Amino acid sequence: MRAWLVALALIPSPAFAAALEGEAERQPINWVAIAMFVAFVGLTLWITKAASARTRTASDFYTAGGGITGFQNGLAMAGDYMSAASFLGISAQIFNDGYDGLIYSTGFLVGWPILLFLMAERLRNLGRFTFADVASYRFAQPPVRSFAAVSTLLVVSFYLIAQMVGAGQLIKLLFGLPYALAVVIVGALMMLYVLFGGMRATTWVQIIKAVLLLGGASFMALMVLAQMGFSLETLFARAVEVKTQAALAHGANAGEAAERGRSIMAPGNFIKDPVSAISFGLALMLGTAGLPHILMRFFTVPDAKEARKSVLWATGWIGYFYILTFIIGFGAIVLVGTDAGYLDAQGALREGGNMAAIHLAHAIGGNAFLGFISAVAFATILAVVAGLTLSAASAVSHDLYATIFKHGQASSVDELRVSRLTTLALGALAVLLGLVFEKQNVAFMVSLAFALAASGNFPVLILSLLWSGCTTRGAAWGGTIGLLTAFVLTLLSPAVWTTTFGLGVAPFPYSSAAIFSVPAGFIAIWLISRLDASPRAAVDKAGYPAQRVRAETGIGAFAASDH
Amino acid sequence: MTRQEEDARIAAVAADPRYVALVARRARLGWWLSAAIFCAFVGYLLLIAFDKALLGAPIGAGVTSIGIPIGLGLILLAIALTGLYVAYANRHHDAQMAQILKDNGA
Repeated sequence: MRAWLVALALIPSPAFAAALEGEAERQPINWVAIAMFVAFVGLTLWITKAASARTRTASDFYTAGGGITGFQNGLAMAGDYMSAASFLGISAQIFNDGYDGLIYSTGFLVGWPILLFLMAERLRNLGRFTFADVASYRFAQPPVRSFAAVSTLLVVSFYLIAQMVGAGQLIKLLFGLPYALAVVIVGALMMLYVLFGGMRATTWVQIIKAVLLLGGASFMALMVLAQMGFSLETLFARAVEVKTQAALAHGANAGEAAERGRSIMAPGNFIKDPVSAISFGLALMLGTAGLPHILMRFFTVPDAKEARKSVLWATGWIGYFYILTFIIGFGAIVLVGTDAGYLDAQGALREGGNMAAIHLAHAIGGNAFLGFISAVAFATILAVVAGLTLSAASAVSHDLYATIFKHGQASSVDELRVSRLTTLALGALAVLLGLVFEKQNVAFMVSLAFALAASGNFPVLILSLLWSGCTTRGAAWGGTIGLLTAFVLTLLSPAVWTTTFGLGVAPFPYSSAAIFSVPAGFIAIWLISRLDASPRAAVDKAGYPAQRVRAETGIGAFAASDH
Repeated sequence: MTRQEEDARIAAVAADPRYVALVARRARLGWWLSAAIFCAFVGYLLLIAFDKALLGAPIGAGVTSIGIPIGLGLILLAIALTGLYVAYANRHHDAQMAQILKDNGA
């Protein structure tokens, strides 16, 4: 329990911490869940088939032809971003510690407004397929593209490994399937979606998943509130009462028990030192604005106005989802925490710490609703990994192959072929890594992905968009320094050095690198650009005014191809 | 539009004082709103780091603590600020930009 809490404090996805640390116990096969999941897979494969008929060009593959509306894209972004980890992990954390779960939720949300205020419209106006299009707009292509492609592959790989391992453990838990089979199913389905349906199929998988997850979570929160007479005060009062009784049952005296009960209404162990807190907050906030698979979604809408609307919808849905999760977590304390059928002899949750929402689904709607929520959790993982794979495939085919290797002269057909080959390779690699890392603690990988995105991609994008003095050398090398700082400091941090590799006291004491690595990225770009007196630097700086006008107005922006 | 025409149009737009003012206004709004959400979130983290008791204090005679409306309020603030920006851009920015582009058209 103690180790579990410590791990929670270090990583942004508690469900995976719980799922990844202990080997998940295998469950009896849940046929209702499997039937519902098969229905979901059938529907999405049918959509993929329809989408494949319309995926003929590179633009179809990367951006669904640019014809997605702001509303649809907002839902798809929410579907891309709300992971099974947020749903199961945050509700489980609230079940255990109460208030702390809310701190994660806010951290995951506050990056979205910043993405809108500083970047969304400009990204859409300058970019075509990948965020590297924007980052390298006025620069020499090979250095900045290579940086962006490598950074994309790193961020996506770490995120993907964490998702695959989490998926395997979760599915073993929910469906009673063997781990290896679960990983292979996830890998195979994700490959099918991306390979044949490209962005169009991926978008619809994400939209359907978002609707199912939001619908299921809304129903759970509504049922919880209905039992509390629609009063949050009653919900909290009963949750405090449950925790107090539990403490009494464990032999605490009345005063201690009351204090333990009250503690779920206040922040607990989440934040140990202020530096880690701010650092972790920065990684979540700025990392969101640098995640390649999220940035890529801005190129699926026809113009800057729709890009802007996408973020409003995404922020609204994601924020709503976190409020639901909060109610669900407290509902689980009251409805699951008092039912001996869901608890083991020690009063802990059966089948592992992250099962609070799953048990609550059973308490509310019986086996059928339990099956539904399990299937939604599986669908959630699929939608996230499909988005990740697509973004890594486009980094290889569009940035490395078409732009650098073929100097922008690749035909759409060739580019498409390379993306599909990359998707195959990535799918195989993801399954392989999922199998290799089965018994490893890979929980730190999600926070590493966020730290890398915040320290490399975010500074490069902001300075190339908004600072006329930024040069090719500054962006490519400065961005690389930001990435490396985040990477090395994370390796030296307690989550990796001590918890994963068992090397003793970590040289870097804080739980997140961002407070050092984000400024490192910005300062390195600034300094190298200032010192850059090359002829290319003059070209880069001279290109800024025109780039700025294009970014602000959309003159010359790539138009939607099928509308 | 050829590349030369496009470049000429960009130069014309860039020289239009209305464009300069409009873009400056949007940039200012963007930075102020970013600062607002950034400070709200960092302030929240600092409050958690340094004054957990304050956040845990009950509101009135009830059980609900002060931290609950603050945390949920931060989520609502994020949504409200994005809404504010989109409303401004939809209502004021787009029309003025369209006019500027039209006046500087080919």
